[in-house]
Amino acid sequence: MLLDSGTSNLLSVQRALDHVGADVVIADQPSMLDDADRLILPGVGAFGHCVANLIENGLFDAVLDYARRERPLLGICVGMQMLFDGSEEFGWNDGLGLLPGRVQPIPMSGADGGRHKIPHIGWATLERSGPDWAGTFLEGFGRDRAVYFVHSFSARPEAVSDILAFADYDGIQLTAAVRRDNIMGTQFHPEKSGQAGLGILSRFLAM
Amino acid sequence: MLSTRIIPCLDVDKGRVVKGVNFVDLVDAGDPVEQARLYDAAGADELCFLDITASHEGRDTIFDVVRRTAEQCFMPVTVGGGVRNLDDIRNLLLAGADKTAINTAAVTNPDFVGAAALKFGSQCIVVAIDAKRVDRDGKTAFEVFTHGGRRETGIEAIGWAQRMAELGAGELLLTSMDRDGTKAGFDLELTRAIADAVPIPVIASGGVGTLDHMVEGVREGHASAVLAASIFHFGTYSIAETKAHMRAAGLEVRLDI
Repeated sequence: MLLDSGTSNLLSVQRALDHVGADVVIADQPSMLDDADRLILPGVGAFGHCVANLIENGLFDAVLDYARRERPLLGICVGMQMLFDGSEEFGWNDGLGLLPGRVQPIPMSGADGGRHKIPHIGWATLERSGPDWAGTFLEGFGRDRAVYFVHSFSARPEAVSDILAFADYDGIQLTAAVRRDNIMGTQFHPEKSGQAGLGILSRFLAM
Repeated sequence: MLSTRIIPCLDVDKGRVVKGVNFVDLVDAGDPVEQARLYDAAGADELCFLDITASHEGRDTIFDVVRRTAEQCFMPVTVGGGVRNLDDIRNLLLAGADKTAINTAAVTNPDFVGAAALKFGSQCIVVAIDAKRVDRDGKTAFEVFTHGGRRETGIEAIGWAQRMAELGAGELLLTSMDRDGTKAGFDLELTRAIADAVPIPVIASGGVGTLDHMVEGVREGHASAVLAASIFHFGTYSIAETKAHMRAAGLEVRLDI
């Protein structure tokens, strides 16, 4: 089930899910989440705007209820950021609080102090955080495969164990994928990452 | 590490590709969707459609092109040309575009860029700048032009680029009108001046004739991405050749597809 969070990448995610053979239902009512066996939370644009959309449609609490039932939840881009306690984008805004941590601006400079471009836009490979991706939605993901990012803010999870993968940006580690039990997220856009991204969506659907 | 993005650009007029490629296995060489599919399979990192449809009646054809592309290509797609108001952006995003390029409308009303970024997010707002060298009191300056380089605006390009970034543009698509179509290479001085002046990524465009030009655009022009039309369309170089050349020159590129 795909949550209609009122953001513009909803259809892109739907098309990618259709392509990998998912039976997609777009949920725009809280009650629709009762029957979902998987839930994807897309999101682009400003964090506060995305959260406000969820609250306005009664979907904020419905997502929390869904997550409590321990069924798989995948947040994409700002959808992933919303899993955390909150974001500093345009002042503090609370998130869903399913994962401890804050969303903060990407540092303006790389590790060597040289300024780099913000937003972080483009294709990057995933660096493994922790021992193994076995049993996760990144299982079998090749080290040379790249996925597409576009973001100016980055999640800083409190628990290192929640981080599955980083993207290296001039020596700065940007949180690229997270997981704690049934709560999952990608900062990158699997729906825009070609075959590599479609594979990740397939693995999520198989979980 | 971020890869340098290689972006083919397709000029689309009333739903048809204007400068077509002679891909041998193309069922319909004039269909932008067919070409998009091939570029996707060839490893293009993004795709840009420039809608050059002049007539009002023909304008809706781009939505169908974007929709059909998005159903088959799971890569970022930018659409420019005739983006004048918030509804234009909304309709393109709903059709499946990831980013919209604003050009003339930004010059006419700079606040439109801010309103668009606020409404849809900076990630989908690209400001296209067409710049040209002009003589100002005996010195060379870069100035913003519109209408395909025909109309002078009197706006100094570097300050303009900074203003667009401040208003919320997520990227700049910078085209040198002096070099466009010449195959003489990017205007590196212009590209570097703008790329160094703004915090956001700059896509270099206009003038690519060789693969070394692509490398120069990044190395010397400090561009984050390179856009080209004719060298890909006319089959002079493939995406794979371009990437192999850039990798050999030491640049990071995405090779898996």
